[in-house]
Amino acid sequence: MIFSYDLLINAIVSGILIGGFYAAVSCGITISFGILDIVNIAHPGFIILGSYVVYIVNAATGLDPILTAIVMTPAFYVLGVGMYQVYYVSFEKRGQESLRGLAFFFGVLFITEVSLILYFGVDYRYVDAPYIGPTLHFGEIGLPLRMLVPCLVSLLLIAVLQLILTRTFIGRAIMAVSQDQLALRLMAVDPIRIKRIAFGISIATASLAGAFLIIIQPVEPSVGREYIGRIFAICVLGGMGSLPGTIIAAMLIGIVESLTSTFYGPSWAPAVSFGFLLLTLAVRPAGLLGR
Amino acid sequence: MRTPVFLLIWFAIAGAIFGAAMAFDNDYVFFAGYVIMQYIVLSTAWNILGGYCGYVNFGSAAFFALGAYSTVAIYKYTTGGDEPSTFSMPIPFLMLIGGAVSAAVGFGMGYLTLRLRGAFFAIATLALAVVLETLVVNWDYVGGSRGAYIIRPEDIWPIGNYIRYLFLMMMLLAVAAMTIARLIERSRLGYGFATIRDDELAAEASGVPTLRLKLIATTISGGLMGMAGAPFPYYIAFLQPDSTFGLDYAVNSIAMPLIGGTTSWVGPLIGTLLLGSLQQIATVTISSAVNLLIVGILLVFFVVVAPNGIVGLFHTYFQRKPEEFVGRRRVDADAPGTVP
Repeated sequence: MIFSYDLLINAIVSGILIGGFYAAVSCGITISFGILDIVNIAHPGFIILGSYVVYIVNAATGLDPILTAIVMTPAFYVLGVGMYQVYYVSFEKRGQESLRGLAFFFGVLFITEVSLILYFGVDYRYVDAPYIGPTLHFGEIGLPLRMLVPCLVSLLLIAVLQLILTRTFIGRAIMAVSQDQLALRLMAVDPIRIKRIAFGISIATASLAGAFLIIIQPVEPSVGREYIGRIFAICVLGGMGSLPGTIIAAMLIGIVESLTSTFYGPSWAPAVSFGFLLLTLAVRPAGLLGR
Repeated sequence: MRTPVFLLIWFAIAGAIFGAAMAFDNDYVFFAGYVIMQYIVLSTAWNILGGYCGYVNFGSAAFFALGAYSTVAIYKYTTGGDEPSTFSMPIPFLMLIGGAVSAAVGFGMGYLTLRLRGAFFAIATLALAVVLETLVVNWDYVGGSRGAYIIRPEDIWPIGNYIRYLFLMMMLLAVAAMTIARLIERSRLGYGFATIRDDELAAEASGVPTLRLKLIATTISGGLMGMAGAPFPYYIAFLQPDSTFGLDYAVNSIAMPLIGGTTSWVGPLIGTLLLGSLQQIATVTISSAVNLLIVGILLVFFVVVAPNGIVGLFHTYFQRKPEEFVGRRRVDADAPGTVP
């Protein structure tokens, strides 16, 4: 194979852009799995749900996908709060979260996916927006706007989340709940309420991630499965519950995947993130920026 | 009940089922029955790790597919490449090879990840499934993403149609799997598994060799899943990575034990018979997408409403707590949010 410098640069750039999108997809898991210790395997299901909500609104009114997603976040927040309530009452309270809680989320993922298939079929759906299509060129480097816009908005989203977590009372309480619930109770804060809010926020990010997903590629209900391993790989690699770590890990996995599919063919790309995950779990379970 | 008596009873039941199916003389019965027998093996195997030790395996499909693809590899090797042929190695031999491959992968997988907390193990099994699928998709010898054709031999002496022979073999494997599960339950191994499930830290502290026990569980569980997968290419005749690694196997082998009850070998059997027959009926009468929806809804319903499955409901109905019944201890005091 002739080694091409342009190809390499372009693969890295598109890896960084896709990495920004992966960061948005994984930040919800960073909050629910990394901070709250809730193994929400159903997260990709909510992302696909977000994609379909955006698709419906966009097809009916032509509203901008990202704007729609921002408007829809309260609805997703409420959904998340409801989910946590069911999870808390049925599993956490009884102390059975490990086995049955996992099975519960697996079932929820399955129900979302199959319901979407039954309602919309397995056709690929896509949205319209002015920034889907054009590409910026800087010399040899091409920056497709449909990748650049989600990447930038995603970084903005994570910056906002990081500010909430470090600067506000609720955010600090969320960080505290992961460390010591009892201490939080002694400070007269209800840990269950804080966890409910945090889980709500984590599901709310799925609305935006869903919009990014359907901007970047056409979506069908079972696309979500590919993201299960990827988001957990990013979360673990990023050090469980660290948002800056999530960005770094997402970019890293984006770049490696992009390089793999450019130089070895797309059929090898899925193995990259999962291989990374297995390797991280085996060698350094604390991740890159472990707490 | 002693194990030989138990086996004898099951051989009698298996013989009766096979005799009845032969008397019915309709090959569809064997096709449908094969799937149910296969799921008895898968759910029992899942339960050895998931139910007894409390470690969730989302990668059942991967172990199943490993068994199936070892058969494809052997088929390609013995028939010499692309030339289609009706040649078949004896099914029990294929089962042993498929089981050995899956058991080895199960052992390796456990060795890499079982030192971590339970949730990580679950995620790692998901990852394993995708890595193995990618390997198979890119491995042209066994058909790659195009899939592999296997030609089923027409007849076999003295049973007749080959599907009847496959059904019989799978039914014997199901009996073997249930016997193994029951033996484990009543041995030191089973008590060791139960300590891991209830409180791994306490078990470790009191000298239970937790890592070794967990490795035994992943190896047995993976091996049985591989054995269930080995005859599959001959059943399906066209094997494709997408469907063989499909989430259906993963969700079914989790849902069946959880719906039946995870604490004994009876649970997976009840769950499989119920869910398996329901699915066969739904696939024929409604559609295959609806049958997956049924599995998902039943799974969520049972884990929320009846955490001990049908076996648990049965015990509560007769006023005995399932925990007492299997000598299981539950601590409610350390539920989150409680001030000790």
